[in-house]
Amino acid sequence: MRVTLASITDVIRSKNAGPYELTFDIMFTTRAWFERAVAAGVLHTDLVCQLYRIPPCDVLGILAYPPAKAIKITIRRPLCSGDIGETDVYGAQQHAPLLDLVFDL
Amino acid sequence: MQAFRILSPTAILGYGFPLASFQAGLAKKPHLIAVDAGSTDPGPYYLGEGVSFTDRQAVKRDLALMLKAGIQNKIPVVVGSAGGSGADSHLAWCRAIVAEIVREERLSFTMAVIHADFKPETVLEALRQGRIRPLDPAPPLDENLVRASSRIVGQMGVEPFIRALADSPDVILAGRAYDPAVFAALPIRLGFDPGLALHLGKILECAAICATPGSGSDCMFGTLYADHFTVEPLNPERACTPLSVAAHTLYEKSNPSLLPGPGGRLNLNEARFEAVSDRIVRVSGSRFEPAARYTIKLEGARPIGYRTVSVAGVRDPFMIQAIDTVIAGVRARVADNFAELAGHYHLLFHVYGRDGVMGPLEPTPGLDGAHELGLLIEATADTQAQADTICGFARSTMLHFGYPGRRATAGNLAFPYSPSDLHAGRAYVFSLYHLLEVDDPAGPFACEWVRCEEGQPCA
Repeated sequence: MRVTLASITDVIRSKNAGPYELTFDIMFTTRAWFERAVAAGVLHTDLVCQLYRIPPCDVLGILAYPPAKAIKITIRRPLCSGDIGETDVYGAQQHAPLLDLVFDL
Repeated sequence: MQAFRILSPTAILGYGFPLASFQAGLAKKPHLIAVDAGSTDPGPYYLGEGVSFTDRQAVKRDLALMLKAGIQNKIPVVVGSAGGSGADSHLAWCRAIVAEIVREERLSFTMAVIHADFKPETVLEALRQGRIRPLDPAPPLDENLVRASSRIVGQMGVEPFIRALADSPDVILAGRAYDPAVFAALPIRLGFDPGLALHLGKILECAAICATPGSGSDCMFGTLYADHFTVEPLNPERACTPLSVAAHTLYEKSNPSLLPGPGGRLNLNEARFEAVSDRIVRVSGSRFEPAARYTIKLEGARPIGYRTVSVAGVRDPFMIQAIDTVIAGVRARVADNFAELAGHYHLLFHVYGRDGVMGPLEPTPGLDGAHELGLLIEATADTQAQADTICGFARSTMLHFGYPGRRATAGNLAFPYSPSDLHAGRAYVFSLYHLLEVDDPAGPFACEWVRCEEGQPCA
């Protein structure tokens, strides 16, 4: 079944985790979708690199968190929060590219 | 004591709460009213400049209700990261608000004021002794960064609070503190499990954000027992569910199961979230793992100059297509005209409608389909006058810049304001985000005792 990530999740959000990291929370609508997404490994380092145009060393972690039926992705911020060139001090609007991801699940 | 009850009025002091929720919390007879007042989220300016990111009137409103309730009912009131960033200037700001409340409400109490400022000499000495390391992925610290910082604070753990609590103050007003510490210190002092107390504190510091629907401006109630704790919202329109509470542990953290803090980490790998009712959640299994060496997080900010910005819109389709050529041309003109300022300024063009929000992370940095662009011209320079010069010259050059295919020869930009250029004041960047090893976790945080009474200035 072909689905967009937005259609099988309740929450997709981004936020600073301290001034040097950006963290994304992807919370699935059901445990079944969460388990299928984890089993299929749909959110992987290469995809994150491609989506955000970053090298693999900037992907700091991709973790499944069953109690919240969620997957968490953490990347290095392109800049320390508030440095010259900052575009999003809180990091709260960096999640949008995840919404349109399409998977066969 | 079998059950320790905590009222958390709001996610950040000044974010507000409904009076009905607060009163429902008081009716449950809490042993502690505590609030976290700070964050590094709003960026380096507030720490660097020594000002609060929360509004004075809003902070006074929340604090007055908390202090009145606490003093009348003999419930300790604990405030951490006062003034937002928790440096001495922020603490003084919050203390002045307390003094005003004391006068107006005719209150009388004893207050412990705990400082979190670190002198540059103290940090430099620790750096030379090899007791400071970057909090990955922050860069290594060097002495110049320390000297350039306008303010450095350390994030205190529970120990400075526990030390102050030994003398039973009515109120504790603390500088920069680990968010859960204001909630966890008193129960840990009474012998409750640190893992459970800190995990409860971690949830309560965001008040009703962990409920559904969530809110940063509503109260939350926590009850700590020997082997578990419960959390419940005080507004009947909200509920805590095992999912909403578990999901909250993800918030703003890179790893939801291992949460590092002062002196160790919270391990939530075995944590269980269970429903007690349709709106109360029971949590157990949270463990605190002490670190081999106690570390305190240092935060610092340093000034990098002054900023002037100009906001403009572009609607002309030819100008939109030519935007990169125009920006490059304007940059070159500015560099040529003010060659003597080379190296003393940064000139940036944020192009909203293309990649203004995501910058280098934007996966589709094209102009396809954009029928208008928002432009933010930003100049940061050594002085405000230089920033004005660079921003103003870039703006006027861009307004009349000729590019191939141009039809609109009267002007390229739509300005919403006169004046078109705005002062953003001093600009700061974070300079420290490092761990400091200490032998005495409470040692660096000086505690002052203050008698607050009507007619006395809380000093």
